[in-house]
Amino acid sequence: MNMSVRIAGVTWKNPVTVASGTFGSGEEYSGLLDLDQLGAVTTKGVANIPWAGNPTPRIAETYGGMMNAIGLQNSGIDVFVKRDIPFLKQYDTKIVVNVCGKTVSDYVEVVERLGEEPVDMLEINVSCPNVKEGGIAFGQDPKALSQITKEVKRVAKQPIIMKLSPNVTDITQMAKAAEEAGADALSLINTLTGMKIDVHKRIFAVANKTGGLSGPAIKPIAVRMVYQAAKAVKIPIIGMGGIMTGEDAVEFIMAGATAVAVGTATFHDPMAAVRIVNEIKAYMEQYGIQDISELKGCV
Amino acid sequence: MGISYVQAMVVRQEAIATDIFSMELQAPELAQDAKAGQFINLYSKDGSRLLPRPISLCQIDRNTGRLRLVYRVVGKGTFEFSGYQSGDRIQVAGPLGNGFTPLPGKAVVIGGGIGIPPMLQLVRELPGEVQVVLGYRNEVFLEEDFSSLAKVYYASEDGKHGVKGTVMDAIREYGIQGDVIYACGPMPMLRAIQAYALERKIKAQLSLEERMACGVGACLACVCRSKERDAHTNVNNKRICKDGPVFYAEEVDLT
Repeated sequence: MNMSVRIAGVTWKNPVTVASGTFGSGEEYSGLLDLDQLGAVTTKGVANIPWAGNPTPRIAETYGGMMNAIGLQNSGIDVFVKRDIPFLKQYDTKIVVNVCGKTVSDYVEVVERLGEEPVDMLEINVSCPNVKEGGIAFGQDPKALSQITKEVKRVAKQPIIMKLSPNVTDITQMAKAAEEAGADALSLINTLTGMKIDVHKRIFAVANKTGGLSGPAIKPIAVRMVYQAAKAVKIPIIGMGGIMTGEDAVEFIMAGATAVAVGTATFHDPMAAVRIVNEIKAYMEQYGIQDISELKGCV
Repeated sequence: MGISYVQAMVVRQEAIATDIFSMELQAPELAQDAKAGQFINLYSKDGSRLLPRPISLCQIDRNTGRLRLVYRVVGKGTFEFSGYQSGDRIQVAGPLGNGFTPLPGKAVVIGGGIGIPPMLQLVRELPGEVQVVLGYRNEVFLEEDFSSLAKVYYASEDGKHGVKGTVMDAIREYGIQGDVIYACGPMPMLRAIQAYALERKIKAQLSLEERMACGVGACLACVCRSKERDAHTNVNNKRICKDGPVFYAEEVDLT
């Protein structure tokens, strides 16, 4: 049975990674699960300089989901390169580094720095709904998305994954803009902008007022968008949004994703990502699937 | 000293005050490494509730492998846990966080509201002289557990138990003094204790609370501001779940 997948020239041993921001640098979960079992580890977004993030409370639980407005707190590329990459290099898994910034030149600076580092792919976060500058601003306008993709591609030494926002009218327009600008792959969806109000205290449940909604509550939207994007572009897609089980992962692959990312599920079950690898395998055995690629876009 | 993610068995559950429950879990993997001030994550069986509930350890018994949790029912998750009976199983992860560090000297242990339970295990672990100050809204709980171990002073909002007012009022009223303060409770209480300790140059360990997701330092949801740049985050933020929940008064900015 073959579970390995090839994304923009990089072979993962299986189609499962973790969603950026839910797994730290991997170190935080390394005592709870075996990182070698994952196709790739996707790290929390890193910028050119340290970011302090948003005020607390930064999260709130919602029915079947959660909202977060962390605000891309990160220790900056210097610490990341010195501490987090060497840690991950101890493991037999691919390293996908998520990159964030406030301006195009911030992104370019980080991508250039990472060019010299032993990481496998870069995921460009143009879809964070919780920061005032950068983030989603690049992901809601096809022209801005095209421009940042080109700038990043111009200096990148690793394949570039553009992470798309679901907070758009037409996901296919954004997917095509990224592909035409040279993106090697897409990942979607980032979180949906939401709001929760504590009616007893008459305050917003997260200090940022709005937050990014994730978890199984958003899965049908994510599957639909992955399906639409996969129809619109030829580059591979990493699908995510509310995956809790192996069958959820298979759903994304059937919608057209080459690989998947497990995010919020890790908070509900720290072993979720590895469990889901095993559940995909069990699904393949159940239906006599020899190669995971047989399932891609099969619906 | 790793984190275990296991199914624990409920061995006892009882209501000890209005909306306050005491639950004992058989969880030897967690109990053997746990210490006062640490917490565990409890996972809901209902998929609509995704986030674990972090609950502090009220008593740790390494010999029997048991943990006692005393918690307040504040929402659907804790309501679910309060319905578990002896023999039921519950998914848990822990022990989490750093816990208190017992220091030599005369101890003043301060608990407010649902910040009281973790101080019981601390009092059990502290070697020297211990004075306990407990602040309640109105109804008391765990008073016998504490009074069997140490001298206890009370404060309550309605004045029915001890001093009418806060734990700080009790400290002034009774002239309580010591070399080290250990505290857990609501933020206004911790702020007052922080100011008191810094002014008098008394070592104080404060246990903080914040909404959490992962519990292992990955998601950066539960941060507090730190006075110095933190070595891990590289900004003036500390992770309450991983670097805390217990911090020295001089480390954190609670304003």
